[in-house]
Amino acid sequence: MDKGFSPVGLRVLVVDDDPTWLKILEKMLKKCSYEVTTCGLAREALRLLRERKDGYDIVISDVNMPDMDGFKLLEHVGLELDLPVIMMSVDGETKRVMKGVQHGACDYLLKPIRMKELKIIWQHVLRKKLQEVRDIEGCYEGGADWFTRNDEAHFLGGGGEDVSFGRKRKEFDFEKKLLLQDESDPSSSSSKKARVVWSFELHQKFVNAVNQIGCDHKAGPKKILDLMNVPWLTRENVASHLQKYRLYLSRLEKGKELKCYSGGVKNMDSPPKDSEFNTGHQSPGKNSYAFSGGSSDPKQLASSSVSDPSSDVHMPPKAKKTRIEFNPPISSSCAFESLLPWSDVPDPLESKPQILYGSSFLQQQPLPSQSPYVANSAPTLMEQEMKPSYETSVNADEFLMPQDKNSTVILQDLDLSAPSAISSINVTNDTESILRSLSWELPESHHSGFIDTDLDFSWLQNEHFLANTSGNFQFQDYSCSPSLLSELPPHLWFGNEPDEYTLMVDHGLFIS
Amino acid sequence: GYFSETQVKPSPKETKRQLCLSLSLSISVSSLHSLSLYPMDAHVAQLQMQYRNYILSLYQQGFLDDQFTELKSLQDDGTPDFVAEVLSLFFDDCVKLVGNMARALDQTGTVDFSQVGANVHQLKGSSSSVGAKRVKGLCINFKELCEAKNYEGCVRCLQQVDIEYKTLKAKLQDMFNLEKQIVQAGGIVPQVDIN
Repeated sequence: MDKGFSPVGLRVLVVDDDPTWLKILEKMLKKCSYEVTTCGLAREALRLLRERKDGYDIVISDVNMPDMDGFKLLEHVGLELDLPVIMMSVDGETKRVMKGVQHGACDYLLKPIRMKELKIIWQHVLRKKLQEVRDIEGCYEGGADWFTRNDEAHFLGGGGEDVSFGRKRKEFDFEKKLLLQDESDPSSSSSKKARVVWSFELHQKFVNAVNQIGCDHKAGPKKILDLMNVPWLTRENVASHLQKYRLYLSRLEKGKELKCYSGGVKNMDSPPKDSEFNTGHQSPGKNSYAFSGGSSDPKQLASSSVSDPSSDVHMPPKAKKTRIEFNPPISSSCAFESLLPWSDVPDPLESKPQILYGSSFLQQQPLPSQSPYVANSAPTLMEQEMKPSYETSVNADEFLMPQDKNSTVILQDLDLSAPSAISSINVTNDTESILRSLSWELPESHHSGFIDTDLDFSWLQNEHFLANTSGNFQFQDYSCSPSLLSELPPHLWFGNEPDEYTLMVDHGLFIS
Repeated sequence: GYFSETQVKPSPKETKRQLCLSLSLSISVSSLHSLSLYPMDAHVAQLQMQYRNYILSLYQQGFLDDQFTELKSLQDDGTPDFVAEVLSLFFDDCVKLVGNMARALDQTGTVDFSQVGANVHQLKGSSSSVGAKRVKGLCINFKELCEAKNYEGCVRCLQQVDIEYKTLKAKLQDMFNLEKQIVQAGGIVPQVDIN
């Protein structure tokens, strides 16, 4: 078997105006057992992508397209769809490659392209998912900021930055290429830079900046960056955060059909279709998935699973359109909390959207329904949470948080009694369902894991921690110490095989 | 004809045959049969040899590079005409792009060199897809001439490009004809190892 396997059925969209290359690439990708769609125009590609939002795993596009600049296409795809994009060109000039990086390309392939290069594109897909997962983790860690800010529960006591993940992660050839080509270029170092942890304050600044700019169309990363006035932050950081933010907002929008009261609400806005967002004053009910104890509108929980914290709190599937509301009783809020451990619980009057924004939307990402291999249940839960969490009626507005643009979630009085156990249960459940929906067949793994083991370990530790602390969220500082691994249940252990990828996918190891 | 430059060495089979004849006393019919000495097979063998040498010469003379090898390796039983189809697309593209460039250079007023350059870039990409080495090499020169806005240089280069792609087209046509002959003679088109 050639070195490196390629997962069967990876859905690739190839965009190239050169008919010869289009035909050749199609053939090559089919030989990799990928599912290929070809396209000769950039606009057509965008149309296809938008039509089936979760229909593709990765986009490969030539830099020179007649109807649209390839970099522009790259931006669109990255922002709207958050898909990994690989650029191609017969021209390998450094500045072109850099431009690709700056616009968010995962890789830049030089024509003529070889089979071996196409065989490994799945790594970019996986890597992106891992990044998203780590963002969520970053939430946990960044959460320390948010919590300690209010001198409340110490959430994840470490609060450390996930700097190590970015650094230690094995570099792909792309980053190597960049480094070799232009070491002095400051922007090239950004590809090596540690990932930014979007703390509460930082996110606050971000949202403020966005609000200031107002309309989505003008809110570009550069402008936001300027307004934020954070010297060490780069445009790329803002751009990627912005795209996640937008995605989050658009998911909130999707959740409109379901209504949910959860007591404490956050003032989130559900963006209009054109993804315009204004974080200011939206009807709070729209995006509420926080919950609080108090509520003037006692309604029965539509989902019994939610009301019973001790049982399987696995949220019903998205098809559920019933109103899900939570009674003031603690049990329900506990249950809810279990799904959103960092969210604001008790106080209905304090809507602190920003934090939840940060945490939730960052968490939202990884699990569109059809991306099977990111077995991250937290976001799934979030997503499911989100679906019912939208409330538009006036009643809800009143009952839920007041209009408060800049309020932030305060996680005080966080009842942490049940959550961890539940979340771990949920984790498992969702993982299994994800695995079931896994559409990729994986040949036997023999590919040496490219995924950084540190990354994996930290994830495991994270989950392990959650699984074991029964309600006591006084997390001591957990570092990425391998010793924790030995305490993990065997199926979570990466130690058996070097091939993390297989393990992860086979056992949904991301979360559980 | 076009084979004149190639030297045909006696095939292994040919050598064997002579050996057999010299040992005619001990040759039995079945042995002759197992050595495949029938005229038809000799013909196939000769064609195959010619084919092999022809392909090698195309590489040696710089008409093709290893992308062409890659292209051939993509062809399989399910898509037996893959290479031919791709080449057909390529040569159609050549016609189109050369036409564009000729029009761009034929302006009575100011020549839009960026337009010419854009077409050169496309041709470069296209030629890189099939391993058309000489064409691709010309594109590199052509690009510099466009950037320098060297009108005469561009016109000359375009003429060269025109000749070059047409020459390659003819050569590959011959190659396909040989393949056809081999198959018609009952043989299999050999895989040519460039190295």
